[in-house]
Parts: sequence; structure tokens; C-alpha cells
Amino acid sequence: MVDKAKPTAVALDDATVAFRLADARVYTAVEQVRLRIEHGEFVAIVGPTGCGKSTLLNVAAGLLRPSSGTVRIFDSPLAGLNRQAGYLFQADALFPWKTAIDNVAIGLEVSGVPRAHALERAQAWLTSVGLAAFGNRYPHMLSGGQRKRVGLAQVLIRDPKILLMDEPFGPLDAQTRQIMGNLLLQLWTADRKAVLFVTHDLEEAIALADRVVIMSAGPRARIIGDWRVPLSRPRDISEVRMEEDFHALHREIWSVLKDEVMKGYAQSSQAPVEAA
Amino acid sequence: MSRGGLLLFQLLVALVFFGLWQLLATVPIFGHTVLPPFFFSTPVNVFNRIFKWLIEGTIWRHLLVTLTESVLAFVIGSLSGALIGFWFARQQTVAAIFDPYVKMMNALPRVVLAPIFALWLGLGIWSKVALGITLVFFVVFFNVYQGVKEASTTLLDNARMLGMSERQLLRHVYWPSALSWMFSSLHTSVGFAVVGAVVGEYLGSAAGLGYLIQQAEGVFDVAGVFAGMIVLAMFVVAIDLLVTKVENRLLVWRPNANERGS
Repeated sequence: MVDKAKPTAVALDDATVAFRLADARVYTAVEQVRLRIEHGEFVAIVGPTGCGKSTLLNVAAGLLRPSSGTVRIFDSPLAGLNRQAGYLFQADALFPWKTAIDNVAIGLEVSGVPRAHALERAQAWLTSVGLAAFGNRYPHMLSGGQRKRVGLAQVLIRDPKILLMDEPFGPLDAQTRQIMGNLLLQLWTADRKAVLFVTHDLEEAIALADRVVIMSAGPRARIIGDWRVPLSRPRDISEVRMEEDFHALHREIWSVLKDEVMKGYAQSSQAPVEAA
Repeated sequence: MSRGGLLLFQLLVALVFFGLWQLLATVPIFGHTVLPPFFFSTPVNVFNRIFKWLIEGTIWRHLLVTLTESVLAFVIGSLSGALIGFWFARQQTVAAIFDPYVKMMNALPRVVLAPIFALWLGLGIWSKVALGITLVFFVVFFNVYQGVKEASTTLLDNARMLGMSERQLLRHVYWPSALSWMFSSLHTSVGFAVVGAVVGEYLGSAAGLGYLIQQAEGVFDVAGVFAGMIVLAMFVVAIDLLVTKVENRLLVWRPNANERGS
């Protein structure tokens, strides 16, 4: 559960991110975002395409510096990369020239863990994501879902305090997404990390998260809603969708999200640029 | 088509080709020989010549010389191309300064350099090696440069988030990425190494396949020219098979290097 005694895992205050475009104009992706993720809390961010959800993740990861505003990780300001965070990317980010087990072990090897020990731990992680027998496969020999599992093991083996996930199950088919969702919840329950989970799928967000945060359509996207999910844990992704509370919350959030999705579509047909 | 069947058809092409050549060179059609043996020789004569070379053992020395030159040109050319390509890709200022010169040198037909190299390095193997290097270097250089520059940003971000230092990034991301591009140009660069060696020999030397062909041409020995060309072709095919073997070994992780996994 959320532990108020511990410091807030991720705190964004008035975070604004602007990019300078090639023609010297400025594109403001997100504006004045205030977001808190408590220790052990699972927060899902939902918003229309191109609303800057990934931008927020990159800010929390330290891959992107906000133009203004502050980022605090466990109460200390973030400088450079966020060393406390593991990041599961939307696109395939496995090393194609390493086997599955080497891909998982590398997370430990870079911090100086002896190779034999790293491999042993990697095998244990492959087992917990259900790929015990696939250690010697190269990424191209694995299915999309299997690659995501390896990616999950690669991130979790370093035992990050914060888990950042950018539409990690986006490219997978519906059944695989459910299986992956349950696997994620099961791993997360064993050792509650603070999770920031970006998705465009509202159902997935409600089924997984403690809190669902809604963003407006970009540019100048901001947070326009924040709901606590009243569903009990442990959850089963496919069963939780049958519950009345799920439907009630889905209706409530969708009534807000719908307008933004329509705006997002309208804007994606124009040049998303404003005067500097 | 099965491998055996494919090989059968491949051999059939050679058989038809040589059969037609033999026929047109020896059997007059309406009292007119289409391929006069003085200009075109005949397959029988050509293969007799090759056979004689193999029996007498003269060919081995020439093959060894060409092989040595090709291997040296390939090794030195790829190593320097890979290192400098890597350096340029990581140091964009250096790359920008040298960019016009690299383009100029790459556009230069390397054949014009052969006499200069002969002047500088003599008629031994090193002038041929130098010519091969100028060919191999640019192929590898451009591939490695591209490979390092286009290393996937997601992969780099992921590696950084996994806690890699700049040195670890070099070892685990940039270098494998560059190598994969280098290996994808392996066939081209090995081919260029052989071309450099043979052209160098042709323009001035005392040994090698290029020398053999040039000597035969000098005395209008058409059978000798074709025999030299066929030996050269066999040599290149053998090297190419070897390269394919090495490639499959080194690039097992690549989807197209071998069959897709289930």
C-alpha cells in the first residue's frame, strides 16, 4: 500500500517541456504539470496520442530536462539520469546481438557484478517471467510478447525503486496484453515499486493502477483529471473488467477523456506548432 | 528448390556455356567459324592449360601471392576503416573537417594510384596491398561510420538507463552496431581486396594471377588469358564461400543471417 511515511518517489512540480523546432519556433509539449507518485504506488497516465505522455516519462527518467519546473526523486532534485529508475521502452530496446540471458544479465554486469553470478540471477529472472528455457535465443527468435518479458526481466534485475513504462504492451495482441498485465501485477505485488505506466488504453490503466491520471490533448498538454481506482488487490486483469466499480469508473473517466481524444484527432491533422 | 537441384542447374548453365563455346569455335557454320580459335581459343584448350598449370605446380605460387596481397589489403583496410570510421562518428567536428577530403579521395578512380604506389613501394606485393587498402578502406569506413551514427536511440537510452558508462556504451552498443554494419559489407570489401591485388599485379609485377593474365595477353595467348580468368573466378568463389561461413558464424543474432527461429 501507499506508505506516507516514506518520501514521495517522483514529484514533478510545474514541469514544462518545450522543444525548439528546426525553424526556430518553440513547441510546448507539456505545460505546468504537477504529478506525485508515492512510494509503492502504481500510477497510470492516459491521454490522446501525441499528448506528451512519453515526454513526462522521459522527464522522470532524466533523459529530458524540463524547460522549467522541478523534478524530485525521493525528495532530492534530479540531476542527470535517474539512477533509481528502470525504464521499459515502447519500442524494442533489447540488444539484438545478445542472447536473452545476456540481455538480462547485462543490467547487473554493468554495475560490476561478476558474470557467473549475473548469469545465475538472470536465469532466475527469466524463470519468473516464464522464459526459463529461452535463455539462449536471440531477440529476433522470440515473439513480441517474449521480447517484452525479457525487457521486463532486464529492467527488474537491477531492482529499481521506480519503474517507468511507456506503453510497454502497446504492440502486443489483446490476449498477450492481458497475460503480460497479470505478470506485471504479480511481479509488482512481490515487491511494490513506484510505477509510472503510460498507456492510451483506459481499460488497461484502470485494471492495473492505483491511480489513473488523464492528460489533455497536446500541445501544451496538462493534467486534467486524477482518479483513485477503488478496486481491491490482488486483481486479475480479465476478471476485474467484469466488476461494477470498474464500469462506473470507466464511464466517469471516459466522459472527460472522450473530448480530449476528439481534440487530439483534430489537432493531429494540423501542424502542431505555435509562434515562439 | 532443393540444394542438390539448385547445384545441378547451376552446373548446367556452365556446361551449356562451355558447350556452345566449344561448338562455335570448332564447327564451322555455313563455312564460317563464328568464334575463331585465334581470338577466342576453345574450352578444351583453356582447361588443358589450367590442368597443365595445376600439374606443373606453377599456378600455386601465383595464387599464394594474390591471396597474400588480398588478405593483407583486407585486414589492414578494414581495421583502419573501422577505427577511423568509429572515431569520425563519435567526433562530429573531426568528421565535418575531413568530410570534403574523404569525398574527394573516395571519388578518385583508384587505378590512377597504382603507378604511384609502384613507384613508392616497388613492384613487390606492397604496392598491390596499398591499392587494395584504398579500395577496402572506404567501404568499411562508410559502413562503420553509418553504423555508429545510426545506432538506435532507443537502444542507447535503454543502455544509459541500465546504468552504462560511456565506455560500456562503446563496448556494448556502438561497437557491436558498427561491427554488424562492417560485416554486412564483408562480401564487397573482400571482393575489392582481390580486385586491388589483381589490378595491381596486372599493371606491374613479377607474380600473381594478374601478372599471369597480363603475360598471356602480351603474347596473344588467348587460352592463357581465359585460363587465368577462370582460375581467378574459382579463387573468388572459394573466398566468397569462406566469407559466407564466417558471416553466418558471427551474425547468428541477425534475423536474415540464417533461418528465422520458430
